Amino acid sequence: MSELTPSQTVGPYFALAVPWPGRTAAFPPETPGRRILIEGRVLDGDGVPVSDALLETWQASPAGRYLTEPSHEPGGLARAVVDGAGAWAIETLMPGPVVGPGGSTQAPHLLVSVFARGLLVRLVTRIYFPDAGDLSADPVLRQVPPARRSTLVASAIAQDRYRFDIVLQGPGETVFFAP
Amino acid sequence: MIVPDGRTPPADLVDPPLDYPPYRASQKRHPKEPLVILPSTLSELTGPVFGPGAVRPTDGDLTRQHAGEPIGERIVLEGRVLDDGGRAVTGALVEVWQANSAGRYAHKEDRHGAPLDPNFTGAGRALTDAAGRYRFETIRPGAYPWLNHPNAWRPSHIHFSLFGLGLVQRLVTQMYFPGDPLLALDPIFQSVPGERAQSRLVARFDLGLTEPERALGFRFDIVLRGRAATPMTG
Repeated sequence: MSELTPSQTVGPYFALAVPWPGRTAAFPPETPGRRILIEGRVLDGDGVPVSDALLETWQASPAGRYLTEPSHEPGGLARAVVDGAGAWAIETLMPGPVVGPGGSTQAPHLLVSVFARGLLVRLVTRIYFPDAGDLSADPVLRQVPPARRSTLVASAIAQDRYRFDIVLQGPGETVFFAP
Repeated sequence: MIVPDGRTPPADLVDPPLDYPPYRASQKRHPKEPLVILPSTLSELTGPVFGPGAVRPTDGDLTRQHAGEPIGERIVLEGRVLDDGGRAVTGALVEVWQANSAGRYAHKEDRHGAPLDPNFTGAGRALTDAAGRYRFETIRPGAYPWLNHPNAWRPSHIHFSLFGLGLVQRLVTQMYFPGDPLLALDPIFQSVPGERAQSRLVARFDLGLTEPERALGFRFDIVLRGRAATPMTG
């Protein structure tokens, strides 16, 4: 067994290498589905916006399929660089439900990787929606302490528009999964 | 559909802790609640797959992205991306970014007083071939000061980002150069537990990779979690 390469922080200057800064569509414009906008902020343990974070979201198509055909712009992936106020947004399509362990069904969700200066290892979380799928039956949410589940559910703030803040530390800390 | 088989050895054997006080920026940015441990689902076992169009042939040569050549010591950087069973990871997207030879990033937030180089951006991308191999040509980045503690200097390093097979293989790390006296003083490098794991982040000088009359050669192999892809119909 080969020895794994350790993780290191993304540092503050990753935007040099990310070709898609700012708001990012995860699917080509002609893909059928419900177009949604998800926006939010990344906050530290003092509630101060984190101005140098990179978010990556990965999700199934509206039909509940992960698109894994080789592509120059893979569908289902979005990348967002936060702005100076720690704010980010992505435009995407509402994902469909996907199969979970033991024949269960996972409610529509996005898998989120969080990178930032100060984070020595990638953080992983999920974005669920208050109005999509059966959250009470989701096999992943059921593993999360009930009092903290709400940190994984976006707020509907307007038609087709959701808000999801990522709190790295302290009161209201977002649930993170072992990567 | 292609998914890895999901075998994921614990990363905490080699990864830094999220809370590492000598690295000051980690203090307000690490979660205090324990991470929730779950078996990987299809969401984690899949991931974006990048086709050849994702990378232009010129993206791997950071010395030829501008009208002139950048100032600095030219290097060839080559390595293989493997899984923990030693098998090649083919089609991995490897992204790199780095400071110029004076230790300055071409980024608006970098306030270090060292000069910018109009012929150097410091960003590149490559896809691994059938043997898991990637190759960059660039210049050796300079060390630079930062504000973590009094008289703090980052050792010369190149940032690496990798998309392997499935998001379980996602890795962001930094590559360092052998023999750098700043490694012993750098809290980011030292956050990795143990010299053995730290050594995995240090490239090896490789005379065989050197291009005579042009560039020195360094080898940096990268091992990702999880096993090589198992084709599955799904």
